[in-house]
Amino acid sequence: MSASEPTIPAAERRRAWRPFALALPALVLLLAVIGYPLLTIVVRSLSEPQWGLQNYVWFFSVPINLAVLQRTFVISAWVTLVCVVCAYPYAYLMTAVGPRVRLLLLLCVLIPFWVSGVVRTLSWVILLQDSGVINSILRSLGFGGVRLIRTQTGVVIGMAQVLLPFMILPLYSVMKGIDLKLVQAARSLGARPSRAFLTVYLPLSLPGVYAGAVIVFILALGFYITPALLGGPRSTMLSTLVQTQVLSLLQWGRGGAMGVVLLVTTFVLLALAAPVMRSRHRQAGRP
Amino acid sequence: MEMKPLTRVMLGLVCLLVAIWLVAPTLVVVPMSFNENKSLAFPPQGFSWQWYENFVTNPDWSNSFLNSLKVASIVAVVATVLGTLAAFGLDRMKARPANLLRMLMLTPMVVPGVVLAIGIYAVYLDTRLVGTLLGFVLAHTILALPFVLIAVSANLEVFDKRLETAAASLGANALTTFRTVTLPLIAPGVMSGLLFAFATSFDEIVVSLFITNPYLKTLPVQIFASITRDADPTVAAVGTILLCATTLLIGGGMLLLGRERKGAS
Repeated sequence: MSASEPTIPAAERRRAWRPFALALPALVLLLAVIGYPLLTIVVRSLSEPQWGLQNYVWFFSVPINLAVLQRTFVISAWVTLVCVVCAYPYAYLMTAVGPRVRLLLLLCVLIPFWVSGVVRTLSWVILLQDSGVINSILRSLGFGGVRLIRTQTGVVIGMAQVLLPFMILPLYSVMKGIDLKLVQAARSLGARPSRAFLTVYLPLSLPGVYAGAVIVFILALGFYITPALLGGPRSTMLSTLVQTQVLSLLQWGRGGAMGVVLLVTTFVLLALAAPVMRSRHRQAGRP
Repeated sequence: MEMKPLTRVMLGLVCLLVAIWLVAPTLVVVPMSFNENKSLAFPPQGFSWQWYENFVTNPDWSNSFLNSLKVASIVAVVATVLGTLAAFGLDRMKARPANLLRMLMLTPMVVPGVVLAIGIYAVYLDTRLVGTLLGFVLAHTILALPFVLIAVSANLEVFDKRLETAAASLGANALTTFRTVTLPLIAPGVMSGLLFAFATSFDEIVVSLFITNPYLKTLPVQIFASITRDADPTVAAVGTILLCATTLLIGGGMLLLGRERKGAS
């Protein structure tokens, strides 16, 4: 970038601090309102009631904590799976239709972004509750009611709807770039449509699946509002447990330790996914 | 890719279902808001405006709404100014430090909400910021900042820096160049950043739930409390109002954008 501009080294050196000065206010706020609080939580998890790893030992030795940790992963995995299955055909259709229908499909994806998250969860409460829309429709059709609210199924349905756009958008951006001539080439060489899809199109679209799945899984791990309103005691996720420890039991050390586990898991997953995502960007940037 | 007719129909059907799943659930709040009974059970009975009335007259609801408006307006301005400055700074840095700082500034998007919430709550308890306007503004600003940064950075990437050089060579100082050349050209990014920042703050719930107190509640906190406490259809009325407001805003924005595009071409 700057190599193409004719610059005088001395003037450049004098001007080099300017960009940092521009970013400084945001950076200071970031360190004060994110960095310092997170540090506080780490310190408290190690120091309350006394210094040591007791809170972490407690977390990993009490069966119910491990059960909730496992459930958090299972629910997130289910949500990710539902999102992949629903988003894949949807994103594919977006690349296959004309501009007008594409705009309509895109609007359907973006509308959930615009509607308040709490209101959306409220809608799911109204839909899924025992006296809700789904159950009253089932009853009027002559079926018995099903229990959806306060179950894991209800939580997965609600979370997947909230997170689906995060799956569709990266998938669409990858699929848009796939050269369909490659599929045609496979067909002209005698591959049946299903084989051409499985051996050519699917592998080319996998980076999008991967990127979307990582985002959805990470966001799902930290979900709080939807499980709190749609779930019951048997679908508690880690976030709710953290909240109970801190607000109800005033166990900052234990709550903090759980929070740190959640935080570290998130960043480890991100770090594992980063190299793959970066290579995807490089590919996309190639003309 | 060619498909058999049956595959094509199946694909269309699946996508229709997904589209309905994405859009329709939210609309359920509309019929519920006119319920005559104090219940969220389906189907609603009768017709009444009483829950809209309650929203306007009950101070619990109207105050939380005004608080949200106040916080979100301040946050939108502060986050947009800080985010735009940072986007400029990052744009003019060398690639390596810029990427590092950008990653750092986007962390609020991936840190699990509850972890951030207990951290901020702990610090606010020590600094007496719980339930204060400043506390809400600080926390929401940091959550809104990534959206401004992304929006403005995207605009800066396609911005031709030679225009600034041209302005400078014609004798404009840095401030005049920024005001008359750069800002008008990146205005769409700044505006969408402003809108995203407002929406982020207006909708923020997880951190707000922790740093709220009876004296300062925002609308999402009030909605959450109402859902967990009783089946008050006022939440459905609020949901309907928010739904209409966003639809009008987005619809108006798209019309405006469409007209501008047409005018430009």
